[in-house]
Amino acid sequence: MSTLVASDLCFSFGDRPVLEDVRFDLAPGEVVGLIGPNGAGKSTLMKMFVRLLEPSTGSLLFDGKPLSGIPPGTLARQMAYLPQSQEIYWPLTAGKVVALGRIPHLAPWESLGPEDEEAIAEAMRATDTLHLAGRPVDQLAGGEQRLVLIARLLASAPSVILADEPVMGLDPCHELQVMELFRDLAVRKGKSVAVVLHNLTLAARFCDRIFLMHRGKILTAGAPDLVLREEYLRESYGIEARYGREKDGFYVIPWKRIGTI
Amino acid sequence: MKKNSAVLYAVLLAGLAGAFLFSLGIGEMKFSLAGALADWLSGRMSEAAVVFSEIRLPRAILAVLVGASLGLSGAAMQGLLRNPLAEPGVLGVTGGAALGAVLVFYAGGASVFGMALPLGGMAGAFVSVWALYFFAGLTAGVQTLILAGIALNTLAFAGTSLALNLSSNPYAALEIVFWQMGSLSDRSFEHVWLALPFVLAGWGLLLWNGRALDALTLGEETAASLGISLKALRRRLVWGTALAVGASVSVCGSIGFVGLVVPHLLRPWVGQEPGKLLKASALGGAILLLVADSAVRLIPSLNELKLGVVTSLVGAPFFIYLIMKMRRSLL
Repeated sequence: MSTLVASDLCFSFGDRPVLEDVRFDLAPGEVVGLIGPNGAGKSTLMKMFVRLLEPSTGSLLFDGKPLSGIPPGTLARQMAYLPQSQEIYWPLTAGKVVALGRIPHLAPWESLGPEDEEAIAEAMRATDTLHLAGRPVDQLAGGEQRLVLIARLLASAPSVILADEPVMGLDPCHELQVMELFRDLAVRKGKSVAVVLHNLTLAARFCDRIFLMHRGKILTAGAPDLVLREEYLRESYGIEARYGREKDGFYVIPWKRIGTI
Repeated sequence: MKKNSAVLYAVLLAGLAGAFLFSLGIGEMKFSLAGALADWLSGRMSEAAVVFSEIRLPRAILAVLVGASLGLSGAAMQGLLRNPLAEPGVLGVTGGAALGAVLVFYAGGASVFGMALPLGGMAGAFVSVWALYFFAGLTAGVQTLILAGIALNTLAFAGTSLALNLSSNPYAALEIVFWQMGSLSDRSFEHVWLALPFVLAGWGLLLWNGRALDALTLGEETAASLGISLKALRRRLVWGTALAVGASVSVCGSIGFVGLVVPHLLRPWVGQEPGKLLKASALGGAILLLVADSAVRLIPSLNELKLGVVTSLVGAPFFIYLIMKMRRSLL
């Protein structure tokens, strides 16, 4: 009973294949990491889950039903997506930006109710952004904007969270905070969380499973210690890594490049 | 925040009522508005009642309809394109409506029956929307829509120039030029009734999009993931603008800068929210046009100043000021 199941997904931009026979699944209560070099197809895969792109072949099931059959409004209430790009076109206050996350829950003319306000405040509390609520977003630092956008994601109170590089531009403390938050949402609230990451240690420490993508394919998938192995990192990223172990997990540090692959 | 927007709407509504009454009071003939209104309502067609009901009232009502259409669609276009420099004509609808009306002029249709001109304008607006979809495709993205709009505007301008160029009658050419400048003088309730259904339908389509435009603040991908159908949004905005602005241009020619400047002025007062800006800009546009149309009648000049000339004369320097302010904030 997985929440989101993708099988044999293919997609191409023109005649350049971007995804080939991708299999992916995401279940309630787990954090799944999507890693891989730039251009491997991670973001494209994410966009298919929220139907920003349609696969050319293959199937996408959400709770056993074809994703394409679910009305956009219904899907938006259950699935929230944080794109990689950080565009905020009008300088709304941070509080107003987070409130946009409630849109799927509101009727066209309905204004925010107490339940919405509570969801917004909770999301901002969890991301440490409550003190920014009244500030216009164009006056915030890049990392603060990222946190506000993550709060927006959480304010939707979705059962599935899809975040494309959520920790981009965050300082080490907030990186850890955001990953702990995702972990907590999965473990304590049973949410399904999928995150695109470039930080291998964060992936190793906070993900239950990792999908390593390379050139549009899933190179390997499974538990972090099985995926983040030397041979796979060499083949996909073309790097050599150093490993270390602590009581509560292991870390992976990219060490040097290996010629060309 | 809620209190703030209540204050804003109260101020705008009071401004609208004031500007409306002020506009009714301006003209060559002096009379008491209350007396004229009482005469008119009781069916006693005194001189004052005739001037009030057949000249001033339709003029003021048209100013409200046209001004609100321009303000509203300007705010909608800026929200859709996420660009503070967008204006109602950006998709080519205004150009199309103007060309339609000019072609009627050229063919001599205006003298056959009075309503031929606005009908031609409306036809032009609709043709330009079809052309927009034909050029840009039904699923066009924002960039394609803008480019198609530029192409259409250029085409419409070329067509208008050609009509002027080929016009054998210099008076007709002069009339075309004057009409294009935009004016609300000598309009009757016939014009109001002609424009009203289209304008109201357009408002309906435009006002519906507040929440979707809010969502677009975070870009198209996030908006789509929030359940907003971008295709439906674009369709509503394009048709809404075509109906409201097309009908406006058809009855009173092209009036520049209202749709550009009003959303700009009001944006800080609605916390930059594109959804709230829609209603506020509609009210603001109506006020601005009523004031401009009153100014046209109050400024002494040999020929009556054309409304579009005044709005551009005031609007362009103001716009330059905005650009300079923006440049400073970028530095």
